[in-house]
Amino acid sequence: MPDPLLSINDLVVEFRTEDGIVHAVDGVSYELFPGETLGIVGESGSGKSVSTLALLGLIPQPPGRIASGTAMFKGRDLLKLRKKELRSVRGNEVAMVFQDPMTSLNPVLTVGSQLGEAIQTHFPKEKKEAVKKRVIDLLNLVGVPNAETRYTQYPHEFSGGMRQRAMIAMSITNSPSLLIADEPTTALDVTIQAQVLEVMKRVQQETQAATILITHDLGIVAEMCDRVLVMYAGHIVESGDVATIFRSPRHPYTIGLMNSLPKLTEDEEWLEPITGAPPSLIDLPPGCPFHPRCFLARERCREANPPLVPVEGSGHKSACFFSDELIGRKSKFSEAIA
Amino acid sequence: MTESGINPDSGELFPTTQSVAGQPIAPDRAVPGAVEGTMIDAIGGSGVEGDLAAGLTLKVRSQWSYARMRFFRHRLAIIGLVGLVIIFGAGIFANFVAPYPYAEIDLTHILQAPSSAHYFGTDAIGRDEFTRVIWGIRTSMEVGVFVAVVSTIVGLVIGAVAGYYGGWLDNLLMRATDLVLTLPLLAVLLTATALLGQGSQWRVSLILVFFFWTGIARVVRGVYLSLREKEYVEAAKASGAGDSRLMFRHILPNTLGPIVVNATLAVGTAILVEAALSFLNFGIKPPTPSLGVLVSDAQSNPQQWWLTVFPGLTIVLIVLCVNFVGDGLRDALDPTQRRMRA
Repeated sequence: MPDPLLSINDLVVEFRTEDGIVHAVDGVSYELFPGETLGIVGESGSGKSVSTLALLGLIPQPPGRIASGTAMFKGRDLLKLRKKELRSVRGNEVAMVFQDPMTSLNPVLTVGSQLGEAIQTHFPKEKKEAVKKRVIDLLNLVGVPNAETRYTQYPHEFSGGMRQRAMIAMSITNSPSLLIADEPTTALDVTIQAQVLEVMKRVQQETQAATILITHDLGIVAEMCDRVLVMYAGHIVESGDVATIFRSPRHPYTIGLMNSLPKLTEDEEWLEPITGAPPSLIDLPPGCPFHPRCFLARERCREANPPLVPVEGSGHKSACFFSDELIGRKSKFSEAIA
Repeated sequence: MTESGINPDSGELFPTTQSVAGQPIAPDRAVPGAVEGTMIDAIGGSGVEGDLAAGLTLKVRSQWSYARMRFFRHRLAIIGLVGLVIIFGAGIFANFVAPYPYAEIDLTHILQAPSSAHYFGTDAIGRDEFTRVIWGIRTSMEVGVFVAVVSTIVGLVIGAVAGYYGGWLDNLLMRATDLVLTLPLLAVLLTATALLGQGSQWRVSLILVFFFWTGIARVVRGVYLSLREKEYVEAAKASGAGDSRLMFRHILPNTLGPIVVNATLAVGTAILVEAALSFLNFGIKPPTPSLGVLVSDAQSNPQQWWLTVFPGLTIVLIVLCVNFVGDGLRDALDPTQRRMRA
């Protein structure tokens, strides 16, 4: 295996609020290899976004605080960089695509100038014509028609899908080696989602950037990712190859997530949601954070938090004491993925 | 493209849409279909969408051209603008417009009523009142514009820094602003004048700036506080923009609306305050004619109505016009407003 591009170790992010300390990310460790696509899934508030925003220093501090951890990226710890060094990483070596393209573009600047700006921020000496040419090439790459005309238009003249394409173009202006896409399709309707995902794939092929794709849509993970992390209440509860996890999930939460999806091939009366609600991140339940909602839970789960340990399957890990009991238990998707 | 490009209600677009779709279709259904098709084609790099858009000859309008259109359809604002151009024009070209030198004393024609030789009459030492008003406009205008521009710049920088950085810096700057706001304008000016004597228009202007920046600073701070949380600011930050670039390149253009409106209204207020101060003999030192000085001088000759009415009316007209323009700008620069006045 090659050296990892990004290696995160024991990341802890907290937010101080009036009600107490919110443990948004609680001891997360993972690695990302060059060129691969890693999916991070989980419900709202599971810490998926926060764990990546922390890498770029985009967590407002205070109230946020990176309590511990390292994030080695190309030999440097991103969490220890000074403000100026961090700025040269942002948008240059590590770029982000945000969730809502409707609000992520500045309404008073033309799309062209915003994309050009992403270049000029890092290469102030670049000639204007060269920047413009590059921006138009990028717009063409992400499938914005009439890039020449579009260059001079304002965001309000773009549709949602076109804006997200522009955002993707903006993120790859400086050929980053790591691309973080935070729910890039959540704000788009389904047909446009498919197109934007196509664009993401193309962009990946073009730039060879390793990608972290944050989503709550397991379908997108199956479509786009090589590996996946499942997060719950600030912890990674399962990680592994997409095929392995979809075929034989070994954490009850992952199974719950999969079962709560509708399946179009079968006639189902009811969906099977995970019972209960996500725990308060201020006051996590003792032991395994998932035990109050878990169908496997017993005494031991209330006492200790299970570590993320390897289970069968290459690189497959699960944080459940009783993951062996899930062997042979098929997920709803096992046939679909095979 | 879907939002702006194709307007189903506009007749001239139909032929193009139909030719692309290959057959005449009902316009309301043809448009989404055609667009959907081009979007999917776009991934494959097909040229269809190019032909479509090329045939549409869209008129692309920027935010500013919309604002300009809205402003020019605002009737009162146009009246105000025309009024200001005339009045300020007279002030700017005072040396050509004014029929007499402003300090020329003619003791043989004192306190004359308006006539064809002296449109606004003459004052107690025979100076032509029309000339004095024209020069007064120039002084008042200089004070008003200077105060508005300088206090806007000062207020903008202070408000931007306070709102963008927040925290203790915000606290410090805003408490300083509050402090200035608590100072009674008249008392400070009276004290300054008592200590230094009546001053030039620049000294009066600087004192006014000292009071006027606070309003802008508070407005700007408020806007920055809300805009710095916007996703596009975070997106720009994520692409590596530094603080000053975020503050002045990304956020500032979004605040220009309220700033321009405030600056415009400040011109009127500054002129008004200067007039009040001069009226109380704490403003600009004679013989420099300012509109306030003229009204003040007129007090000694209350029977000669023209000495009060003409400069007074001029002040009222200027402030009214400035406020009309300010109103028009406020409506025009409000980006949420798409409605056009007929």
